[in-house]
Amino acid sequence: MKVLLRNPRREIEIEGRRRVHALLAELGLPRESHLVIRNGTLIPGDEELDKDDVIEIRPVISGGF
Amino acid sequence: MKCRTCRGPAIIELPRHNANFCAEHFLQLCRRQVEKAIHDHDMIQKTDRVLVAVSGGKDSLAVWDMLIELGYQADGLYIALGIGEYSEESREYTERFAHERGLKLTVVSLRDDYGYDIPTATKVTGRVPCSACGMSKRHLFDKAAVDGGYDVVVTGHNLDDEAAVLFGNALRWDVEYLARQLPVLPSRHGFPKKVKPLIRLTEREMAAWCVIRGIDYIVEECPMAEGNRHIGYKEALNVLEEKSPGTKASYYLGFLDRMAPVLASIAATGADSVTPCVQCGAPTGGEEGSVCAFCRLVERSAAHEPVSVELVRKKSRSQKRVQAEASKK
Repeated sequence: MKVLLRNPRREIEIEGRRRVHALLAELGLPRESHLVIRNGTLIPGDEELDKDDVIEIRPVISGGF
Repeated sequence: MKCRTCRGPAIIELPRHNANFCAEHFLQLCRRQVEKAIHDHDMIQKTDRVLVAVSGGKDSLAVWDMLIELGYQADGLYIALGIGEYSEESREYTERFAHERGLKLTVVSLRDDYGYDIPTATKVTGRVPCSACGMSKRHLFDKAAVDGGYDVVVTGHNLDDEAAVLFGNALRWDVEYLARQLPVLPSRHGFPKKVKPLIRLTEREMAAWCVIRGIDYIVEECPMAEGNRHIGYKEALNVLEEKSPGTKASYYLGFLDRMAPVLASIAATGADSVTPCVQCGAPTGGEEGSVCAFCRLVERSAAHEPVSVELVRKKSRSQKRVQAEASKK
């Protein structure tokens, strides 16, 4: 599957299927500070991702005061 | 995974509520949390004229969207900070949001209206970028609210922002800042009332609100805030939150319930010596005949030749390297 990451913006390829929470753990990205989006829709942690999926993992932490 | 309310398919899990929600019931939860914050802290009346401080980020656009949905009369104010492409892009998101919804947006440009920008002010002051940025924004939001006859200024500070600031203040035991870390600053001495309706909602929830509502916002981080202490506090709190969901809410909302009343007498002291700035007339904490910090910043920064974002970031990175190496010795 294709995974779009931000800050900095980049794309990576992940082989095979897995659940959202497993993918986040594999990439070392905490659930509390990220959303996973497929076709403009949020997907929950137990969703199974297909090898042909294109997803965005969006960080949600902002740093201004 | 099923929605707690309707048992339909869920799109988001919220461990701190020990529940999952579909889009419709997640939005309902967010609206209720904002209504509760507004009600519990007497933030805004339905007849108030509201000015929302918007940055093009998720929180300020989400709070503006929610207030309009909830029937408040809310206009927006965007300050163009001159932080290169980041500022240009965030302005585009803000203008598009306002245009698509037919909302009134005022834009103030630091460079065009005051002759400086944040990278230049950072270089001139020699302090962290967020210092000049925060001070400029506070001054200009206050001014716009007073000049425009608004009853209240709304900012998009969320639960993570407030918990992180509380964490920082508690680490330093900065009792005066702790005493003043409240979701409502009442109008006084020429300052407008300021409120934070998102204190019961997390950053993740605000980003989710924007995705569900189709709000495009600037996802990229401000290049000048990169790696600041505030972000470090948020990451530390999120480690605790993952292990024990609800930690951030109990920390900050518990502070408001149980600690803020203890500190109330400190909050009430030391804030009464305010005089008008002799240059711009804005209230300032200095003695009679003083020039406010904003006017001093404008004077120094506008006299300096413009500095690029990249130059300031390079300097900041090299300072951090020196500090890191010194701390190893």
